[in-house]
Amino acid sequence: MPQEVTKLIHKYLRHDKKFPHLWCPGCGNGIVLGALIRAIDRLGLEKDEIVLASGIGCSGRMPVYVDFNTLHTTHGRALTFATGIKLAKPSLTVITVMGDGDATAIGGNHLIHAARRNLNLTAIIINNQIYGMTGGQYSPTTPYGAVSATSFYGHIEHAFSIAELAVTAGAAFVARGTVYHAQMTEDVIEKAIKRQGFSVVEVMSNCHIQYGRRNEMGDPVTMMRWLKEHAVPVEKKAKIPPDSLRDKFIIGILADKEKPVYTEQYQQIREAAQAIAQTGKQ
Amino acid sequence: MSNRGSKNRRLMQGNEAVVEGALAAGCRFFAGYPITPASEIGEIFSIRLPQVGGTFIQMEDEIASMGAVIGASLAGVKSMTATSGPGFSLLQENLGFACIAEVPCVVVNVMRGGPSTGLPTHPSQGDVMQARWGTHGDHPIIVLAASTVEDCFHLTIRAFNLSEKYRVPVIVLSDELVAHTRETVTLPPEEQIEIFDRIKPSMPPEWYIPYQDNSRGVPPMAAFGEGYRYHVTGLIHDVRGFPTERTDEIKPFISRLFRKITQGFAEIQMTNTFMMEDAEVAVIAYGSVARSAQRAVIAAREQGIKAGMMKLMTLFPFPRKAVEPVLSQCRAVLVPEMNMGQISREVKRVSQNTTQVVKYNRIDGQVITPDELCRQLMVMGKSSGFLST
Repeated sequence: MPQEVTKLIHKYLRHDKKFPHLWCPGCGNGIVLGALIRAIDRLGLEKDEIVLASGIGCSGRMPVYVDFNTLHTTHGRALTFATGIKLAKPSLTVITVMGDGDATAIGGNHLIHAARRNLNLTAIIINNQIYGMTGGQYSPTTPYGAVSATSFYGHIEHAFSIAELAVTAGAAFVARGTVYHAQMTEDVIEKAIKRQGFSVVEVMSNCHIQYGRRNEMGDPVTMMRWLKEHAVPVEKKAKIPPDSLRDKFIIGILADKEKPVYTEQYQQIREAAQAIAQTGKQ
Repeated sequence: MSNRGSKNRRLMQGNEAVVEGALAAGCRFFAGYPITPASEIGEIFSIRLPQVGGTFIQMEDEIASMGAVIGASLAGVKSMTATSGPGFSLLQENLGFACIAEVPCVVVNVMRGGPSTGLPTHPSQGDVMQARWGTHGDHPIIVLAASTVEDCFHLTIRAFNLSEKYRVPVIVLSDELVAHTRETVTLPPEEQIEIFDRIKPSMPPEWYIPYQDNSRGVPPMAAFGEGYRYHVTGLIHDVRGFPTERTDEIKPFISRLFRKITQGFAEIQMTNTFMMEDAEVAVIAYGSVARSAQRAVIAAREQGIKAGMMKLMTLFPFPRKAVEPVLSQCRAVLVPEMNMGQISREVKRVSQNTTQVVKYNRIDGQVITPDELCRQLMVMGKSSGFLST
């Protein structure tokens, strides 16, 4: 096992990037990074063919560490850059990693449109229910009543359910994992990348420094326990009364459908346009 | 619709000429959002791009459009967007990203009355300073101004070439009048059009240092997927593209960004003169106002005024070297604009109060007419004292 880990580190992490990484000790981002590179390794993809694009935030700092074509974009806009990359070079595997604020606050509009278009992209949304990098302000997924840097008296907004939002927006593949359920997260990331079409993997994570500390969960172990106790596998959902589900979240694959992929449809447009232009010439 | 021979004269509007220029320059990706008076650019691209194997997409807003343009350029495809005031304001943040990450791209802004929603169907020149400074932070950028349909074609090609050569976004300022006026353009055959492509690295990937300085200050640029795996970020970065806070890495980086443009001033700063040889008074104009200015100069000459004109095709970096001789030659210079005075500030800055710079401004959505300018030139040509400006 340790040998395999070393091999993966050696193969996928940039040799010329200075470590240690900048994440807090105990941050779940490391688990997501590990799951991502193990999924990519299992898929046998060429590093040259992979683009990892991120937004702004702690999750945004992930791409610099990996040996792919990496892009650290503006806040909330990773999917827009990814759209351009994928359309310009469809042979590339384009993956984005974003935080909950990045993807659903400032980037919310781009998320729903990317899902609607069904471009072959994979969006990994790390949801730690807070804006960590900027010091712990509330995000669209900060729970009702929570204390944050901008909800000193308790939060009065209700949170998005990101995975369910992605399903409604039309994403072809939607799954939710957590940094506690690392193995499952790795599996769904692999499936998400494999799935042709827009895939969303929401990974519930822990920010014990900014969120947990203010809400009586100030260490990673407590937060991990919270994730374990509040996650309900999708297969078990039907057997649990709705009342008991109120403070829980569903994990597993929530949607997995075949839908026409944008780049294939656009290729048909090109062929039609060229055919019409040809007849014009004759 | 394609270029079929050596003589290809077509009647087209400015917006269409932008598209044809872009395609001639090798643009194969457009992402945009509908906005008056630029929408035709997107519409025509949506028809033309798939014909030539390119890609058109209408994004959900101008911010997304700019993001997609940068993404496509990073993947190796020449890309552009086109918008007007409100959209131009929206895409500023990503424009700054293109500046710091040195991503070649072209942004066309068809200026309309502003601020805010303004006058969607009327021309103005209100976004000139915004084009230079709209995105935050210290950044060099190239801004061109089109005044004829022919300009729309040729300057768009120039914009792509400059963008590729200097790895900098280039803004082409058009306006509602130029965009929607139809004029005859002779489309030159492919062989006669000079195209510049970004220089790519030739060393093995292991040796590639993405932002290393060189004599031109422009590092070679690998496209994603060509075997050079590097990091692109909007954070200030070192030569490898990794974020840095070291003063000894920040300073050379920012200096290089400015230096690469400064070194190219001679070819970047494009101006034209008309009847300047013996001119005593001159008009310095750009965009649709330059059209009226040219007529005004002819009319003033008929009245015995030794008038001349300098047309600015490059607004920024401000063509100081070309403007200074005009200022020293003439006793008064007229700078008419459809704004409250933006390029006139640059002219005054350069003149250092040794020449009288007369502003003439219209901000009512109407075009400055040759008559108005001729009248100004008559006053300037006949008076010997300073006019109040």
